[in-house]
Amino acid sequence: MTQSVMPETSVTEAHAAIAGGGSRPRWILLTAGLVAALALPWLVYPPVAMDIVAMALFAIALDILLGYTGLLSFGHAAFWGGSAYVTGLIATHYGVPFPVAVVGGAIFAMVLALPVAYLSVRRSGIYFAMVTLAFGQMVYFVGYQWSDLTGGENGLQGVPRHFFGIELVETESFYFYYAALPILLLGMWAAWRIVHSPFGRVLVAIRDNTPRARALGYDVEKYKVIAFVLSAGLTGLAGGVFAISHGFVALTELEWTTSGEVVLITLLGGIGTLWGGILGAFLVVLLADYLASSSLGGIDLITGTVFILVVLLFRRGIWGTVRHQWLTWSQRRTSSRRTPVDADPAGHG
Amino acid sequence: MNAVLQYAVQGLAAGSFYALAALGLAVIFGVLGVVNFAHGAFYMLGAVATAVLLDTLGLTLWWSLLVVPALMFVFGVVVERLLVRWLLRLDPLYNFLLTFGLTLVLVELVKQKYGVSGLPYQPPAILQGRVDLAGVVLPRYQLFVFLFSVTICVLVWLLMTRTRIGMIVRASTEKPELARALGINVGRWVTPVFGFGVALAGLAGVLAAPFRAITADMGNNFVIILFAVVVIGGLGSIVGAVAAGFLVGLVEAFGQAYAPTFAQILIFVLMALIILVRPAGLFGREEAAT
Repeated sequence: MTQSVMPETSVTEAHAAIAGGGSRPRWILLTAGLVAALALPWLVYPPVAMDIVAMALFAIALDILLGYTGLLSFGHAAFWGGSAYVTGLIATHYGVPFPVAVVGGAIFAMVLALPVAYLSVRRSGIYFAMVTLAFGQMVYFVGYQWSDLTGGENGLQGVPRHFFGIELVETESFYFYYAALPILLLGMWAAWRIVHSPFGRVLVAIRDNTPRARALGYDVEKYKVIAFVLSAGLTGLAGGVFAISHGFVALTELEWTTSGEVVLITLLGGIGTLWGGILGAFLVVLLADYLASSSLGGIDLITGTVFILVVLLFRRGIWGTVRHQWLTWSQRRTSSRRTPVDADPAGHG
Repeated sequence: MNAVLQYAVQGLAAGSFYALAALGLAVIFGVLGVVNFAHGAFYMLGAVATAVLLDTLGLTLWWSLLVVPALMFVFGVVVERLLVRWLLRLDPLYNFLLTFGLTLVLVELVKQKYGVSGLPYQPPAILQGRVDLAGVVLPRYQLFVFLFSVTICVLVWLLMTRTRIGMIVRASTEKPELARALGINVGRWVTPVFGFGVALAGLAGVLAAPFRAITADMGNNFVIILFAVVVIGGLGSIVGAVAAGFLVGLVEAFGQAYAPTFAQILIFVLMALIILVRPAGLFGREEAAT
């Protein structure tokens, strides 16, 4: 079985390490990203803007596993939806400020992730995907059957938005966006810190060559479990904000289609590129929103087709392609004597 | 006692669907290295085709048992040629994702054509009602499904163990590198084997037509239980797929009888236990575990 999930990313990763020296583009990007995040609810309907940022953090959290550890989790809806329900329940029953409820949901997601991770990391590659999918489905059934708590098929209704003494009602989605944005940005910053820390380097080493990482003395399984739990926690953060934003938790949040959707977002944006998750979320959420309001119908038909096309023709994703082109170009410019970076035949297969 | 026997037959009948479909999944995985997410959608297409053939051409279940797997074989060949083949040399996860996308498309297309409510289906008169076996009254159709499925599994087993084609497929499934080294052209078997696996999923769908609600979504949960089945049985093992299929059917039936709330969850608990004790699955080999 192949050790690294996505062989292409190891090359782009190497590029990123090379480009790490020039920090000016990074600051330009960060500023542009922040401005875009602050301007978003002026450009699109505020609840949709909230969905974009929440899905972006979800995709980034998944990418810690998929892009940086080489593990495809196909059951992340369990942590997204699980946190959505717990956040919703805390907010409904205890009347605490919503950020407190969201943190509660994220902690629940991490607790839930621990046994799932412990069992799942015993298998890797395609087996890991199947096992996480099955556990995700198990959580779905619990959510479905425990209808006294979760409302079953009707979902959890009327989740309030307390914000330190202020009640942000449905019509104030615009203000809610700014109240919730810091939580999600903090989550993205945490993800960035995780993958760029020494811990993140070990994850990349495990992805690229597990036996070698093990031979170097790293407890591979332990690292995988920690990465999984951290990823689940950030997923929970996003899921909690999503639940509060909608004031409602649907059973859909636990379904495997949700797990698949976030994989699509990550893949479309570019695996192993945290910025890609943001771009992917932007496109997929806007597309879903457009299709929902148009007469075309059949969101899954479009999503499925995009999925097939991306996997067949565009495996590097949008951000991955842009970064690859940029790095190839800038390196060719700086040193023409160096061996060409583009020694990656799998890339555009 | 009668009740236990009753649940056992119900479980074996439910297991028949899992066994047939998991057999197809295992064969496809063995030869192509593809975990086919669309297997549940192919099962659903089999059931929908059965209902549509009865409605439009008046084809009875007996004919559908022959015609639908043949159609699904052709469909499988087309899918392999058009989509799956391009990703065979890459990480298996890409084909997993491809077939996931295909599932969304197929389910949505069926939904748009036939709506979300179930299509009606009546089994032939001879399979309706109940049969009295020495004091135990059993639904005729469940008994038929079980016997039919066992027959097919035995036939496939004979095909695998007694014929040259089977020998090649088995060699490619269990020791692909060695098979190649011995000069077996594994690549030539890729397309027909994919079609064969899809046909088995379709056959399970035909059997399900009189038994389950025929809807576009009927394969969604089915495929995830199938994954649990192959994890339990051991993904590289053909015997494991069939044995675990019947085992999961039994767990589901007894679960529904004694703890209906937890019936579905029990399957995944069983899977978790198997992973703890034998990560490679009941019939899997350790080296395939990682």
